[in-house]
Amino acid sequence: MIKARIRKQLGSFTLEAEFEARAGVTVLFGASGAGKTLTLDCLAGFRQPDEGRILLDDAILYDAAAKVNVPPRDRRCGYVFQNYALFPHMTLRQNLEFAVEPLPRLERHRRVNEMIDKFKLGDAVARRPSELSGGQRQRGSIARALLASPKLLLLDEPARGLDAPLRNDLYEVLRQVRAEFALPIILVTHDLDEGCQLGDEMLIMNHGRLVQSGPPASIVAHPASLDVARLLGQYNLLPAEILQLDPQRGTSVLRVLDREIPGRYYPGHFKGDRVWLCVRHSSLTARPLDGRLGPHEIPATLQRTSTRARGVLLEFEQGLAVEAAEADNWKEWAVAFPPSALHVLSK
Amino acid sequence: MRTRVRWALIIAGSMPIDWSPLWLSLRVAAISTLVSVVLGVALAWLLAHSRFRGRDFLDAAVMLPLVLPPTVLGYYLLVLLGRESALGHLYEMLFGQPLVFTWQAAVVAAMFHSLPLLVKWSRSALESVDHSYEWAARSLGASEWRTFWRVSLPLAGRSIAAAAALSFARALGDFGVTIMIAGNIPGQTQTVSVAIYDAVESGNGALARTLVVVVSLVAVVILTLANRISRPESAEAAK
Repeated sequence: MIKARIRKQLGSFTLEAEFEARAGVTVLFGASGAGKTLTLDCLAGFRQPDEGRILLDDAILYDAAAKVNVPPRDRRCGYVFQNYALFPHMTLRQNLEFAVEPLPRLERHRRVNEMIDKFKLGDAVARRPSELSGGQRQRGSIARALLASPKLLLLDEPARGLDAPLRNDLYEVLRQVRAEFALPIILVTHDLDEGCQLGDEMLIMNHGRLVQSGPPASIVAHPASLDVARLLGQYNLLPAEILQLDPQRGTSVLRVLDREIPGRYYPGHFKGDRVWLCVRHSSLTARPLDGRLGPHEIPATLQRTSTRARGVLLEFEQGLAVEAAEADNWKEWAVAFPPSALHVLSK
Repeated sequence: MRTRVRWALIIAGSMPIDWSPLWLSLRVAAISTLVSVVLGVALAWLLAHSRFRGRDFLDAAVMLPLVLPPTVLGYYLLVLLGRESALGHLYEMLFGQPLVFTWQAAVVAAMFHSLPLLVKWSRSALESVDHSYEWAARSLGASEWRTFWRVSLPLAGRSIAAAAALSFARALGDFGVTIMIAGNIPGQTQTVSVAIYDAVESGNGALARTLVVVVSLVAVVILTLANRISRPESAEAAK
């Protein structure tokens, strides 16, 4: 288990993070420049925090107060770089052997061969990194990091720039690593889909701070703040007012876009609160408006449609966006807000 | 007409020409390059990779010979290495002969001529190695020493070899410092650039021209070689 409290100032940027990660995959999610890679570099010892403490299992890796700063070579943190960083002047086998060099020869051989089998690298060992396929390169660099028997594995956006099939191969390898090696894995990504697929836990980082943590599904269902919701980027965020709250029936009435719609009961909020209504694009449904509006529905004027990987996104003048199966050039629509999907965030 | 005849004679080898300055220069340049490469790469690594107090000062000190007039540098070296100085005494005790006005002094002069640029080039070669390779090596448990020998140096190797070739060419060409501290003793400390000066001064135009042509050819060959070394021929050297 890794426990870290880090403060690091770099120019005008301040990283301030405190977290724990247990065996399994912890996804560090955030926009570019949020401080994700800097966090990894501090854990691995490539950069020194200004303040804080880093504990890996029982070992203190860094403690500003006690002036302890273990050098990277003694930290036992495996690091998989964005460019994989396989040494270009060595064959893959030499790359793997580099990680086990201090061991006796026979043991070295056994460990390397074991890893070659495990990661299906048999055809590739005699080749140099420039002659490897993308998949072999990524498996090779993960295998090399694991050969040094790390107690923590750090991956810096390993899927960046990969096409879909390679990406899926990588996810498969990571699931295998997670199953076979009982160690905390911290995966940096700015791809939410990837984070949700791989993460047991997710840490959301924004402007150098951790803003939410928890299982990916619960974070996506309940972003803790407007910032998080904006970062995850798949919500309608609308100013709203809580008109009624009924704890007995578990219901409420919200005023949104000058309409009143029913919602859930929101503990911790009061009647009259001005809030942000947060609802996923995929939770809303839209139909061409003909005749009367239902009680959950709000009228909206279509501004444009944009094609997405799955279906289309209908964007309305009122600042609403709805995922739909297919486009339709109708102008006036009724958008239904299912009460159970409505989430509110404090202003 | 007469010169042309003499040229032909020289080229035919029938007129004796004293090649000893050229051989001396080649030997001096080779030894000084060997020493410079070891010292230069060590200094370059220190300047590129470690942070210590006085690094800027060291950086400036290494580059100083590049901007000082050779006579000034030569004067300093005479004072520093002369028979009266502590270093001169030490050298004399160890090797049983003085350093100044021997061919070994010419090696020192050549080193001061080529070391600054060698350090500069090697440093940029080391700094151009993608730091992720060095970080990866350390995260795999490698010491600084092992990281340097197994990763940094091989990756910067081509550029450093090219820098060594260029510094060999430069070492061939020192004049000012050599004449200050090694002098102009024919057959002993007279390197090729000093010999050319000597030949021009004493009106031996044919000898001067021959040596000039030969030195130029050697320089062109070395420059071509350096370019070829530094050009990455395979894909992996490019990365």
